[in-house]
Amino acid sequence: MSVDAAKLNWMTTRLDAALGWARKFSIFQYPFVTACCGMEYMATATSHYDMDRFGAGFPRFSPRQADVLFVVGTISHKLAPMLRRVYDQMTEPKWVVAFGVCTCTGGFYDNYATVQGIDTVMPVDVYIPGCPPRPENVLDGLIKLQEKIAQGELAR
Amino acid sequence: MPTASDELIARLRARFPQHILAAHAYRGQPTVTIRREGLLEVATALRDDPATAFDVLMDLCGADYAWFGMSQASAPTLRTPSPLPYFMSPAPSAERWERGVPHDAQHRFEVVYHFYSTAHRRRLRLKVPVSFAEPSVPSLAGLWAAANWYEREVWDMFGVVFEGHPNLKRILMYESFQGHPLRKDYPINKRQPIIGPVN
Ligand code: SF4
Repeated sequence: MSVDAAKLNWMTTRLDAALGWARKFSIFQYPFVTACCGMEYMATATSHYDMDRFGAGFPRFSPRQADVLFVVGTISHKLAPMLRRVYDQMTEPKWVVAFGVCTCTGGFYDNYATVQGIDTVMPVDVYIPGCPPRPENVLDGLIKLQEKIAQGELAR
Repeated sequence: MPTASDELIARLRARFPQHILAAHAYRGQPTVTIRREGLLEVATALRDDPATAFDVLMDLCGADYAWFGMSQASAPTLRTPSPLPYFMSPAPSAERWERGVPHDAQHRFEVVYHFYSTAHRRRLRLKVPVSFAEPSVPSLAGLWAAANWYEREVWDMFGVVFEGHPNLKRILMYESFQGHPLRKDYPINKRQPIIGPVN
Protein backbone atom coordinates (compact mmCIF):
# COMPACT_ATOMS: atom_id res chain seq x y z
CA MET A 1 0.00 0.00 0.00
CA SER A 2 1.42 3.34 -0.93
CA VAL A 3 1.21 6.20 1.54
CA ASP A 4 0.78 9.79 0.51
CA ALA A 5 3.57 11.34 2.58
CA ALA A 6 2.43 14.91 2.09
CA LYS A 7 -1.02 14.13 3.41
CA LEU A 8 0.35 12.20 6.37
CA ASN A 9 2.60 15.09 7.40
CA TRP A 10 -0.31 17.44 7.17
CA MET A 11 -2.41 15.11 9.28
CA THR A 12 0.20 14.72 12.04
CA THR A 13 0.85 18.45 12.22
CA ARG A 14 -2.82 19.15 12.70
CA LEU A 15 -3.05 16.39 15.29
CA ASP A 16 -0.09 17.84 17.23
CA ALA A 17 -1.64 21.26 17.15
CA ALA A 18 -4.95 19.92 18.42
CA LEU A 19 -3.21 17.91 21.15
CA GLY A 20 -1.14 20.91 22.16
CA TRP A 21 -4.21 23.09 22.32
CA ALA A 22 -6.02 20.52 24.46
CA ARG A 23 -3.05 19.97 26.74
CA LYS A 24 -2.34 23.61 27.36
CA PHE A 25 -5.76 24.07 28.95
CA SER A 26 -5.67 20.92 31.04
CA ILE A 27 -2.55 21.37 33.13
CA PHE A 28 -2.63 18.90 35.96
CA GLN A 29 0.08 20.25 38.23
CA TYR A 30 1.91 18.61 41.04
CA PRO A 31 2.96 21.29 43.55
CA PHE A 32 6.21 20.24 45.25
CA VAL A 33 6.07 22.90 47.97
CA THR A 34 8.93 23.11 50.46
CA ALA A 35 9.29 26.69 51.65
CA CYS A 36 8.04 30.27 51.80
CA CYS A 37 7.26 30.43 48.06
CA GLY A 38 4.37 28.11 48.86
CA MET A 39 2.43 31.05 50.29
CA GLU A 40 2.72 32.87 47.00
CA TYR A 41 1.78 29.74 45.14
CA MET A 42 -1.38 29.49 47.24
CA ALA A 43 -2.16 33.15 46.64
CA THR A 44 -1.89 32.54 42.91
CA ALA A 45 -3.97 29.40 43.03
CA THR A 46 -6.89 30.87 44.95
CA SER A 47 -9.77 32.87 43.54
CA HIS A 48 -8.20 36.34 43.53
CA TYR A 49 -5.71 35.44 40.82
CA ASP A 50 -7.41 32.22 39.82
CA MET A 51 -5.11 29.81 38.07
CA ASP A 52 -8.20 27.96 36.87
CA ARG A 53 -8.56 30.53 34.10
CA PHE A 54 -5.56 28.84 32.52
CA GLY A 55 -6.81 25.34 33.06
CA ALA A 56 -4.35 24.75 35.91
CA GLY A 57 -6.80 24.86 38.77
CA PHE A 58 -6.64 21.25 39.83
CA PRO A 59 -3.49 20.18 41.68
CA ARG A 60 -2.89 16.45 41.75
CA PHE A 61 -1.00 15.12 44.71
CA SER A 62 0.15 12.03 42.92
CA PRO A 63 2.99 12.46 40.42
CA ARG A 64 1.48 9.68 38.31
CA GLN A 65 -1.58 11.79 37.60
CA ALA A 66 0.26 15.04 36.98
CA ASP A 67 1.90 16.47 33.92
CA VAL A 68 3.46 19.69 35.23
CA LEU A 69 5.79 19.63 38.22
CA PHE A 70 5.82 22.93 40.12
CA VAL A 71 8.93 23.00 42.28
CA VAL A 72 8.09 25.68 44.83
CA GLY A 73 10.71 26.59 47.43
CA THR A 74 14.23 25.80 48.53
CA ILE A 75 15.52 22.34 47.64
CA SER A 76 18.27 20.98 49.86
CA HIS A 77 20.78 18.36 48.83
CA LYS A 78 19.11 15.97 51.23
CA LEU A 79 15.77 16.42 49.47
CA ALA A 80 17.06 16.35 45.89
CA PRO A 81 16.85 12.54 45.44
CA MET A 82 13.20 12.60 46.49
CA LEU A 83 12.44 15.41 44.05
CA ARG A 84 14.14 13.51 41.27
CA ARG A 85 12.11 10.45 42.16
CA VAL A 86 8.86 12.41 41.94
CA TYR A 87 9.97 13.66 38.54
CA ASP A 88 10.80 10.15 37.38
CA GLN A 89 7.40 8.89 38.48
CA MET A 90 5.52 11.36 36.29
CA THR A 91 4.32 10.06 32.96
CA GLU A 92 5.29 11.60 29.63
CA PRO A 93 4.75 14.22 28.43
CA LYS A 94 5.85 16.21 31.46
CA TRP A 95 6.99 19.73 32.15
CA VAL A 96 8.84 21.31 35.08
CA VAL A 97 8.43 24.83 36.43
CA ALA A 98 11.08 26.30 38.76
CA PHE A 99 9.16 28.64 41.02
CA GLY A 100 11.23 31.28 42.86
CA VAL A 101 14.95 32.04 42.77
CA CYS A 102 15.73 29.24 45.21
CA THR A 103 14.75 26.65 42.63
CA CYS A 104 16.17 28.64 39.70
CA THR A 105 19.67 29.24 41.10
CA GLY A 106 19.72 28.51 44.80
CA GLY A 107 18.94 32.16 45.48
CA PHE A 108 20.79 33.64 48.40
CA TYR A 109 21.28 30.23 49.97
CA ASP A 110 24.80 29.94 48.63
CA ASN A 111 25.76 27.38 51.22
CA TYR A 112 26.48 23.75 52.05
CA ALA A 113 22.84 22.68 52.21
CA THR A 114 21.04 24.06 49.16
CA VAL A 115 20.89 22.78 45.59
CA GLN A 116 22.15 25.60 43.37
CA GLY A 117 19.29 25.41 40.89
CA ILE A 118 17.12 22.37 40.33
CA ASP A 119 18.29 22.22 36.72
CA THR A 120 21.34 20.44 38.10
CA VAL A 121 18.98 17.60 38.99
CA MET A 122 16.28 17.61 36.28
CA PRO A 123 15.38 19.45 33.06
CA VAL A 124 13.41 22.66 33.62
CA ASP A 125 10.99 24.25 31.16
CA VAL A 126 10.09 27.58 32.76
CA TYR A 127 12.00 29.60 35.34
CA ILE A 128 9.96 32.06 37.41
CA PRO A 129 12.37 34.34 39.30
CA GLY A 130 11.49 36.40 42.35
CA CYS A 131 11.72 35.91 46.07
CA PRO A 132 8.89 35.10 46.11
CA PRO A 133 7.53 35.87 42.62
CA ARG A 134 4.42 38.03 42.48
CA PRO A 135 1.28 36.20 41.34
CA GLU A 136 1.36 38.22 38.12
CA ASN A 137 4.85 36.91 37.56
CA VAL A 138 3.66 33.36 38.15
CA LEU A 139 0.77 33.78 35.72
CA ASP A 140 3.21 35.16 33.16
CA GLY A 141 5.32 32.05 33.61
CA LEU A 142 2.24 29.89 33.31
CA ILE A 143 1.27 31.55 30.02
CA LYS A 144 4.80 30.98 28.70
CA LEU A 145 4.49 27.35 29.74
CA GLN A 146 1.18 27.12 27.88
CA GLU A 147 2.85 28.43 24.73
CA LYS A 148 5.52 25.82 25.14
CA ILE A 149 2.98 23.07 25.67
CA ALA A 150 0.96 24.19 22.66
CA GLN A 151 4.08 23.91 20.52
CA GLY A 152 4.72 20.44 21.84
CA GLU A 153 8.14 21.30 23.29
CA LEU A 154 9.65 19.47 26.23
CA ALA A 155 12.84 20.16 28.11
CA ARG A 156 15.12 17.13 28.14
CA MET B 1 21.21 45.40 96.44
CA PRO B 2 22.08 41.99 95.03
CA THR B 3 19.73 40.93 92.27
CA ALA B 4 18.31 37.47 91.76
CA SER B 5 21.01 36.84 89.15
CA ASP B 6 23.76 37.78 91.58
CA GLU B 7 22.27 35.49 94.19
CA LEU B 8 22.16 32.60 91.76
CA ILE B 9 25.75 33.20 90.70
CA ALA B 10 26.86 33.48 94.32
CA ARG B 11 25.06 30.26 95.16
CA LEU B 12 26.76 28.40 92.31
CA ARG B 13 30.16 29.87 93.16
CA ALA B 14 29.78 28.77 96.77
CA ARG B 15 28.69 25.28 95.88
CA PHE B 16 30.95 24.52 92.89
CA PRO B 17 34.03 26.73 93.24
CA GLN B 18 36.16 24.12 91.47
CA HIS B 19 33.97 24.05 88.32
CA ILE B 20 33.17 27.69 87.66
CA LEU B 21 35.41 29.52 85.21
CA ALA B 22 33.53 32.80 84.88
CA ALA B 23 30.14 34.33 85.52
CA HIS B 24 28.35 37.55 84.75
CA ALA B 25 24.84 38.90 84.51
CA TYR B 26 23.52 40.99 81.66
CA ARG B 27 20.11 42.66 81.95
CA GLY B 28 18.91 40.28 84.60
CA GLN B 29 20.09 37.13 82.92
CA PRO B 30 22.97 35.27 84.54
CA THR B 31 25.58 33.49 82.45
CA VAL B 32 27.88 30.96 84.04
CA THR B 33 30.85 29.34 82.31
CA ILE B 34 31.85 26.02 83.76
CA ARG B 35 34.39 23.27 83.18
CA ARG B 36 33.11 20.35 81.20
CA GLU B 37 34.13 17.91 83.95
CA GLY B 38 31.60 19.55 86.23
CA LEU B 39 28.73 19.74 83.78
CA LEU B 40 26.76 16.70 84.90
CA GLU B 41 27.14 17.58 88.56
CA VAL B 42 26.16 21.23 88.13
CA ALA B 43 23.27 20.44 85.79
CA THR B 44 21.86 17.80 88.11
CA ALA B 45 22.06 20.23 91.02
CA LEU B 46 20.42 23.00 89.00
CA ARG B 47 17.54 20.72 88.14
CA ASP B 48 17.02 18.99 91.48
CA ASP B 49 17.79 21.72 94.01
CA PRO B 50 14.43 23.33 94.90
CA ALA B 51 16.17 26.69 95.27
CA THR B 52 17.03 26.68 91.54
CA ALA B 53 14.64 24.08 90.07
CA PHE B 54 15.52 24.59 86.41
CA ASP B 55 13.07 22.10 85.02
CA VAL B 56 13.04 23.24 81.38
CA LEU B 57 15.94 23.01 78.95
CA MET B 58 14.92 25.78 76.57
CA ASP B 59 17.81 25.67 74.16
CA LEU B 60 21.11 23.99 73.56
CA CYS B 61 23.48 25.14 70.88
CA GLY B 62 27.09 25.12 69.82
CA ALA B 63 29.47 27.94 68.99
CA ASP B 64 32.80 27.99 67.21
CA TYR B 65 35.17 30.69 68.45
CA ALA B 66 37.94 29.85 65.98
CA TRP B 67 38.27 33.38 64.58
CA PHE B 68 36.47 35.20 67.36
CA GLY B 69 37.35 38.87 67.64
CA MET B 70 39.40 38.90 64.45
CA SER B 71 36.93 40.94 62.43
CA GLN B 72 34.61 43.84 63.11
CA ALA B 73 31.59 41.58 62.99
CA SER B 74 32.85 39.23 65.64
CA ALA B 75 34.41 41.82 67.96
CA PRO B 76 33.42 41.12 71.56
CA THR B 77 31.55 44.38 71.96
CA LEU B 78 27.83 44.89 72.19
CA ARG B 79 26.23 48.21 71.39
CA THR B 80 22.73 48.54 72.64
CA PRO B 81 20.52 50.47 70.23
CA SER B 82 18.70 53.37 71.84
CA PRO B 83 14.93 53.54 71.40
CA LEU B 84 15.15 57.36 71.14
CA PRO B 85 15.73 59.35 67.95
CA TYR B 86 19.42 59.89 67.25
CA PHE B 87 19.50 63.55 68.39
CA MET B 88 18.05 62.64 71.78
CA SER B 89 20.13 59.51 72.31
CA PRO B 90 23.11 59.55 74.60
CA ALA B 91 26.41 58.66 72.98
CA PRO B 92 26.41 54.90 72.56
CA SER B 93 28.22 53.17 75.34
CA ALA B 94 29.99 49.99 74.45
CA GLU B 95 29.14 47.15 76.74
CA ARG B 96 32.09 44.85 76.69
CA TRP B 97 31.80 41.25 77.61
CA GLU B 98 34.44 38.64 77.92
CA ARG B 99 34.30 34.94 77.34
CA GLY B 100 36.06 34.32 80.60
CA VAL B 101 38.38 31.85 78.93
CA PRO B 102 41.13 32.50 76.36
CA HIS B 103 40.40 32.01 72.65
CA ASP B 104 42.71 29.15 71.88
CA ALA B 105 42.45 25.59 70.65
CA GLN B 106 41.79 24.47 74.20
CA HIS B 107 38.59 26.52 74.27
CA ARG B 108 37.70 26.64 70.60
CA PHE B 109 34.10 25.43 70.86
CA GLU B 110 31.43 26.20 73.35
CA VAL B 111 28.21 24.37 74.13
CA VAL B 112 25.59 26.77 75.43
CA TYR B 113 22.60 25.69 77.50
CA HIS B 114 19.59 27.83 78.34
CA PHE B 115 17.51 26.75 81.30
CA TYR B 116 14.19 28.00 82.57
CA SER B 117 12.62 27.43 85.94
CA THR B 118 8.83 27.36 85.85
CA ALA B 119 8.72 27.52 89.66
CA HIS B 120 10.90 30.65 89.98
CA ARG B 121 10.29 32.04 86.48
CA ARG B 122 13.99 32.56 86.02
CA ARG B 123 16.47 31.80 83.30
CA LEU B 124 20.09 30.74 83.28
CA ARG B 125 22.65 30.45 80.53
CA LEU B 126 25.36 27.86 81.05
CA LYS B 127 28.42 27.71 78.81
CA VAL B 128 30.87 24.87 78.56
CA PRO B 129 34.10 25.47 76.61
CA VAL B 130 35.27 22.48 74.60
CA SER B 131 38.69 21.88 73.12
CA PHE B 132 39.50 21.27 69.47
CA ALA B 133 41.56 18.15 70.17
CA GLU B 134 38.90 16.43 72.21
CA PRO B 135 35.51 17.97 71.47
CA SER B 136 33.26 16.14 73.86
CA VAL B 137 30.93 16.90 76.75
CA PRO B 138 28.67 14.63 78.79
CA SER B 139 25.17 14.27 77.41
CA LEU B 140 22.27 15.80 79.30
CA ALA B 141 19.70 13.65 77.49
CA GLY B 142 19.23 11.63 80.66
CA LEU B 143 18.33 14.75 82.65
CA TRP B 144 16.20 16.63 80.13
CA ALA B 145 14.65 14.63 77.30
CA ALA B 146 14.71 17.83 75.22
CA ALA B 147 18.50 17.59 75.04
CA ASN B 148 18.34 14.54 72.79
CA TRP B 149 17.70 16.21 69.43
CA TYR B 150 19.56 19.41 70.32
CA GLU B 151 22.68 17.42 71.02
CA ARG B 152 22.33 15.58 67.75
CA GLU B 153 22.11 18.93 66.00
CA VAL B 154 25.26 20.24 67.73
CA TRP B 155 27.05 17.03 66.82
CA ASP B 156 25.91 17.37 63.22
CA MET B 157 26.85 21.04 62.84
CA PHE B 158 29.94 21.34 65.05
CA GLY B 159 31.17 17.81 65.62
CA VAL B 160 30.98 17.97 69.40
CA VAL B 161 30.57 14.47 70.81
CA PHE B 162 28.03 14.02 73.60
CA GLU B 163 29.19 11.14 75.75
CA GLY B 164 26.40 8.84 76.85
CA HIS B 165 23.92 10.07 74.25
CA PRO B 166 21.47 7.26 73.38
CA ASN B 167 21.46 7.86 69.63
CA LEU B 168 24.15 10.28 68.50
CA LYS B 169 23.77 10.53 64.73
CA ARG B 170 23.22 13.35 62.28
CA ILE B 171 19.83 15.01 62.44
CA LEU B 172 19.91 17.70 59.74
CA MET B 173 22.48 16.56 57.20
CA TYR B 174 22.49 13.19 55.47
CA GLU B 175 24.58 10.30 56.69
CA SER B 176 27.00 10.49 53.75
CA PHE B 177 27.89 14.13 54.58
CA GLN B 178 31.57 14.61 55.45
CA GLY B 179 32.57 17.14 58.07
CA HIS B 180 30.59 19.60 60.15
CA PRO B 181 29.29 22.56 58.18
CA LEU B 182 29.06 25.23 60.89
CA ARG B 183 32.69 24.89 61.88
CA LYS B 184 34.52 28.03 60.86
CA ASP B 185 37.02 26.02 58.85
CA TYR B 186 34.38 24.27 56.74
CA PRO B 187 34.86 25.82 53.26
CA ILE B 188 32.00 28.21 52.65
CA ASN B 189 31.33 27.00 49.12
CA LYS B 190 31.96 23.30 49.59
CA ARG B 191 29.00 21.20 48.52
CA GLN B 192 28.34 17.51 48.84
CA PRO B 193 25.29 16.72 46.70
CA ILE B 194 23.82 13.23 46.81
CA ILE B 195 22.77 13.50 43.15
CA GLY B 196 23.78 15.97 40.48
CA PRO B 197 27.09 17.75 39.95
CA VAL B 198 29.16 19.41 42.67
CA ASN B 199 28.39 23.06 42.07
S1 SF4 C 1 12.74 32.17 46.50
FE1 SF4 C 1 12.49 33.37 48.39
S2 SF4 C 1 10.34 33.10 48.92
FE2 SF4 C 1 10.89 31.45 47.49
S3 SF4 C 1 11.50 29.72 48.74
FE3 SF4 C 1 13.34 30.88 48.23
S4 SF4 C 1 13.62 32.26 49.97
FE4 SF4 C 1 11.50 31.53 50.06
